[in-house]
Amino acid sequence: MSALAPPPTAPSPPRTRPRDSAGSWPLADRIGLGLCWAAGISLALVAGAIVVYMGYQGLSQLHLHLLFDHPTGDVDQSKSGGFLDPIEGTLLLTAIGTAIAVPIGVGVALWLVEFGRPAPLARAVESVVEVIAGAPSIVLALFGLTLFSKPVFTFLSFKPSGAQEAFGRSFLIAGTMMSLIALPLVVGATREALLAVPNHLREASLALGKTKGATIRRVLLPSIRPGIATGATLGMGRIVGDTAIVIVLLGATLGTEPADGGFFPANLLRGTGSTLTSYVYDNSPAGEGNAPEKAYAAAFVLLLLVIGLNVVAARLSGGRAGGGPAWTR
Amino acid sequence: MDPLSPPPPIRRISLDAPPTVVAPAPPSNGHAPAAAARSATAGSARERMRVEAVTIAYGSKVAVNRVDLPIRQGEVLALIGPSGCGKTTLLRSLNRLTELTPTAARSGRIALDGQDVDVLEVTELRKRVSMVFQQPNPFPMSVFDNVAYALREGASKRPRRAQLAEPVELALRRAGLWDEVKGNLDHPALRLSGGQQQRLCIARALAAQPEVLLMDEPCSALDPVSTTRIEQLIGELRPQIAVVIVTHNLQQAQRVADHVAFMYLGELVEYGTSDQIFHAPQAQRTRDYVGGAFG
Repeated sequence: MSALAPPPTAPSPPRTRPRDSAGSWPLADRIGLGLCWAAGISLALVAGAIVVYMGYQGLSQLHLHLLFDHPTGDVDQSKSGGFLDPIEGTLLLTAIGTAIAVPIGVGVALWLVEFGRPAPLARAVESVVEVIAGAPSIVLALFGLTLFSKPVFTFLSFKPSGAQEAFGRSFLIAGTMMSLIALPLVVGATREALLAVPNHLREASLALGKTKGATIRRVLLPSIRPGIATGATLGMGRIVGDTAIVIVLLGATLGTEPADGGFFPANLLRGTGSTLTSYVYDNSPAGEGNAPEKAYAAAFVLLLLVIGLNVVAARLSGGRAGGGPAWTR
Repeated sequence: MDPLSPPPPIRRISLDAPPTVVAPAPPSNGHAPAAAARSATAGSARERMRVEAVTIAYGSKVAVNRVDLPIRQGEVLALIGPSGCGKTTLLRSLNRLTELTPTAARSGRIALDGQDVDVLEVTELRKRVSMVFQQPNPFPMSVFDNVAYALREGASKRPRRAQLAEPVELALRRAGLWDEVKGNLDHPALRLSGGQQQRLCIARALAAQPEVLLMDEPCSALDPVSTTRIEQLIGELRPQIAVVIVTHNLQQAQRVADHVAFMYLGELVEYGTSDQIFHAPQAQRTRDYVGGAFG
């Protein structure tokens, strides 16, 4: 053990310069700093411009009744109704996609972090998750249509009269494929949260004579709940914003159309419908509806929804910095 | 020193006279009651665990080399030694936590009440040989549930709260935490102070009535007041349970332990009573370590 040394009493030398300021930097560094500022500010300007423009267009076109009226196919825009059905469709599809993605994603992350053996299989699973994250949703949609049109999967949609194959488009099918685009986000956020849990917390539970399963259920899952919620919210944002899967796999019909036969909610889940994204697309000048005013109003609602989800995600992941558990500080 | 007092005036040292060196007074023995309790229980000590020729290696690196040790109920055994000498590894092997490290391998025999720990169900063993860690690590649940978790089977939420009120209170009392938390058992355990969290971890470890309590530097993350509290607690637990404590703090070992094992580079250099190790060490390396020559 070292002898107790007296604390240093000499005062630290006075600073010659109060603070390191960019004015004293070499020219190249100052140019670099300027470029960084320019990049950051221009990005913020672009994002701000989108929000302001959509807000202006949206607010000038949005009327409360649009949120509560069913859409109709009328060419006269004063009679073509609102977008209640697309809102319902967005919520329903998001719910289905999240309900499938969260348990599977959490399970995959738990397996990767807590078990992860054999190692080659774990690496393969990781790459598969990355491939899914990188795959364009239109490709997933096309694959889904091919797969779920097989007669085996008729129970997920319905069989049009006279057809050999299933229709292959329904809320269930679109939701299933949507869960794939949310899955990598859930896996990623859950994995990060698990890796942030210190090992001694797991060991503390095991040292009480608990099994690994009990430790996961009672200690790890409660610890990583904010991480799971963040992943789920980010995943919801992706589902809400996706268009390709809706157009290919949900039918993008004008209104929500339950399948013939069967009872609620099965007929609704097996039926077709639309979401805000497909509604915006259809009513944009590129779509057959060609009613840009309604497209702007719906796009504004969509934007609010996505921004809201992102705010929630940011809150869940970062808002606990001060009040989090001791071992996360 | 009082931080507000002015710095002492510079004293000129006469070059003629040799400077007088004032040696710090040896720490006075302010723990007479503990020493008395020690001698009172020493006769009734009963062997609970025995470590025989235990060698533990991580891959090809030997962390613990042929160690033999008895662990007795009614006394505290301290494992001391410099960092990396294998004391934590030895401690973790007592309830088979070393098995969680994939590269770790062990030979030799560890017995609990005469029974080889390898033939015991690992969950059963860990209920009987419980552990407190260096970092306070309460689970993300309420104070009550932290203790109740240790009493319930697996991940079950039964038995219900009312049935567990009594054993939970007992465990919290044994850990000296009851009076501080009895009003807010439902609060999240992570809101407690560091010292309270560590005592909650001790309560949790005591809840299932273990026979042996392993403590891995339980005070190294705590302030002096909390440390004193936990050392008192160890003294109170001594008659009821066998305690093994790993510590870097030699004064702490001296204060709480009846027997001390000094380890160096994976080997058990010396094992003896606390008085003998600290005041009459036999081995040269023990003398050097206890005397502060290395550390």
